Amino acid sequence: MLDVKIHNLSLKNPVLTASGTFGYGEEFADFIDLSRLGGIIVKGTTGSHREGNAYPRMAETPSGMLNAVGLQNAGVDVFCQKTYPRICDIDTNIIVNVSGSSIEEYCETAAKIDALDKIPAIELNISCPNVKKGGMGFGTDPKMAAQVVGEVRKVYHKTLIVKLTPNVTSIADIAKAVEEAGADSVSLINTMLGMAVDVERRRPVLSTITGGLSGPAVKPVAVRMVWQVAKAVKIPVIGLGGIASANDALEFLMAGATAVQIGTANFLDPTVTVKVVDGLQDYLNRHNIKDIHDIIGMI
Amino acid sequence: MKKHIADFVIAEKKTIGSSYFTLLLKSPEALPEILPGQFVEVEVPDNKEVFLRRPISIHDVDYAANTITLLVQVVGKGTRTLSQLAEGRTLNLVYPLGNGFAIDGQKPLLVGGGAGIAPLLYTAKKYSEKGIRPAILLGGRTAELIPVKEEFRPYGEMFFATEDGSLGEKGLVTQHPAFGQSYDSILTCGPTPMMKAVARHALQNGIRCQVSLENTMACGVGACLCCVTKTDHGHRCVCKDGPVFDVKDMTEWAES
Ligand SMILES: Cc1cc2nc3c(=O)[nH]c(=O)nc-3n(C[C@H](O)[C@H](O)[C@H](O)COP(=O)(O)OP(=O)(O)OC[C@H]3O[C@@H](n4cnc5c(N)ncnc54)[C@H](O)[C@@H]3O)c2cc1C
Ligand SMILES: Cc1cc2nc3c(=O)[nH]c(=O)nc-3n(C[C@H](O)[C@H](O)[C@H](O)COP(=O)(O)O)c2cc1C
Ligand code: FES
Repeated sequence: MLDVKIHNLSLKNPVLTASGTFGYGEEFADFIDLSRLGGIIVKGTTGSHREGNAYPRMAETPSGMLNAVGLQNAGVDVFCQKTYPRICDIDTNIIVNVSGSSIEEYCETAAKIDALDKIPAIELNISCPNVKKGGMGFGTDPKMAAQVVGEVRKVYHKTLIVKLTPNVTSIADIAKAVEEAGADSVSLINTMLGMAVDVERRRPVLSTITGGLSGPAVKPVAVRMVWQVAKAVKIPVIGLGGIASANDALEFLMAGATAVQIGTANFLDPTVTVKVVDGLQDYLNRHNIKDIHDIIGMI
Repeated sequence: MKKHIADFVIAEKKTIGSSYFTLLLKSPEALPEILPGQFVEVEVPDNKEVFLRRPISIHDVDYAANTITLLVQVVGKGTRTLSQLAEGRTLNLVYPLGNGFAIDGQKPLLVGGGAGIAPLLYTAKKYSEKGIRPAILLGGRTAELIPVKEEFRPYGEMFFATEDGSLGEKGLVTQHPAFGQSYDSILTCGPTPMMKAVARHALQNGIRCQVSLENTMACGVGACLCCVTKTDHGHRCVCKDGPVFDVKDMTEWAES
C-alpha cells in the first residue's frame, strides 16, 4: 500500500511533483499518465502577473543546476480563469504553490485559491531565493514565518502546506514556528542559495548573480533537514531535494517524510515520477512490507 | 504534437572539418511527424560533468529509413562527448520539441550561420516539397566553418559569404548582394548578431521574417521557464513558444 495522508489530503502514493519544475502538469502529459501521481504542485502563483528575472536564468553545476526564474507567472486571476479549468479534471491532487512579496499578497492569492473546488491544498512558498522583495525573507525568520502563516490560515480553509528554505541556521525552529501558527504540513527543501562564475566572460552566469541550487547535489542536505524537522514537529513532512530514483525517495521517507516531491529530475527524464512510484511498490514487494507507513520515519 | 522519449541508435557518425560532426540516428519506432525547425533534447552519456540534456536542431529526417540527422558543432563538454560516441551506441532523445518554421512565401530566403545552418536543410526540403526553390545564403568566418554546403544544392539557389573570403563573397551574410534582393519571407538561424541584423533588415523592408533562437535550456518542454527570451509581449519560452519567433513580435530584441 502506497497511499498516505497529509492532513486532510489523501494521496494515492507519496510522489508529488515540485513546483516550478513540472509546469502545470500538461507539459508532461505526453510522457506519463498524470493520474498515476500522488499530486502535482504547479508553478509559484502570485497576486498579479510577474515577468520574472532577465535571461540567463539557469546555470548547469556539478550534479545540479542553479536557477533564477524569479516566479514568472500570469498571476492568480489568470490561473483561476484560464489554467484551472484546463487542469482541474486531471485525476490527481492539483496543489497550488502560493508565492508573494507581502502578507496581503499571500492572503489575497490563498483566498482566491480557497474558492476553487478542485484544489485541495496550497503550498505556501516562503522560501523563494529569486525575488528581491519577500519570498525567502519570510522563511528565514521564525517570527515572520509564523506571522504570514497565521494570516493565511485565517483565509485558507483546506490543507495548508508551508515550504521551507534551507538557507537558515536552524530549519527545525522555523518548522516549529509555522506548525504553531497553523500549518498542516511542511515541505522542504526549496533551493539553496548559490552562485556560478563564467571565467571566460569574467562575470556571473546568472543575470541575478546568485540563484537557487537544486538537483542531486543538494540531496544529502535535504535528507538531513527532513530528519531534523520530522523529529521537531508533529505535522507531516514532505521531503524534496535531488530525488531522482525510488531509492532517493526511500531515503527521505525513512528519514521522516510522509511524501516526497520530484523536481529537477523531471528535466533529465520526463518519466522519472512514475518510475519512482513503481520503484517504491517494488521495494515494498521485495521486502515484504505491506504498508509504506512501516518505513516512514523509521530512522 | 505528441512529444516522445526514445533510445535512438547511432547508425553513422561523420566528422566535418575540425569542429563539426553529424550523427545519423535510427529510431526504434516509426518516426512521428517532425516539423522543420524543431529540435531534440539529447542526453549526453559517459560524462559526469554534463548534467542536463542538450538541445540540438533536427538537421534532416528520413521517414522511409526511420532516421534523423543532427549536425553539431563542438563548443564545450557536452558536444565534445557526443562527438566521441561510437557508432552503434544508443542515444536517448526527447523529441520533437518546439514550434518549427512556417513554410510560407513564394520567394523565400534562408539565411544560416555556423551551427545555425543545421535546421535549414530540412526546411529547404519542405519548401521543395511545395515546389518552391528558396534562395539559400550560408555564412561563416571561413569556408571550413560552413559545415554543410552541397547537401543544400538540390533544394535551392546557393550563396555563400565568408569573413576571410575563402568561399563566396567576402564579408557578412547581410553584405552579400543576394541578401538585398526582394523576398517575401526570410527564415534565419545562426549567431545572435547575425539574426538581429537580418531581423532589422526584414522589419525595415516589411518582409515576413522568422528567427530561430538558441538559449540555454533545462527541461525543453516549457515547464521550468529557464530559457526565456524577451519579446514585445514579455518573456516567452524559447523551447515551447519558439525556438522560432516572428520578428514582428521581436522588434525590441532586434534593436537591442
Ligand atoms: C533550440 C536549439 C537548437 C540548437 N541546435 C543546435 C544544432 O543543431 N547544432 C549545434 O551544434 N548546436 C545547436 N544548439 C546549441 C547547442 O545546444 C549548444 O552548443 C550546446 O548545448 C552546448 O553544450 P556543451 O556542453 O558542448 O557546451 P557547454 O560546455 O555547456 O558550454 C560551452 C560554451 O558553449 C556555450 N553554449 C552553451 N549552450 C549554448 C547554446 N544553447 N547556444 C549557444 N551557445 C551555448 C556556453 O556559453 C559556453 O561558452 C542549439 C540550441 C538550441 C537552444
Ligand atoms: C527551474 C526551477 C523553478 C522553481 N520554481 C519554484 C517555484 O515557483 N516555487 C517553489 O516553491 N519552488 C520552486 N523551485 C524549487 C523546487 O520546487 C524544489 O524545491 C527544488 O528544486 C529542490 O528539489 P529538486 O532538487 O528535486 O529540484 C524551482 C526549482 C527549479 C529548478
Ligand atoms: S527549457 Fe524549460 S521552459 Fe524552456
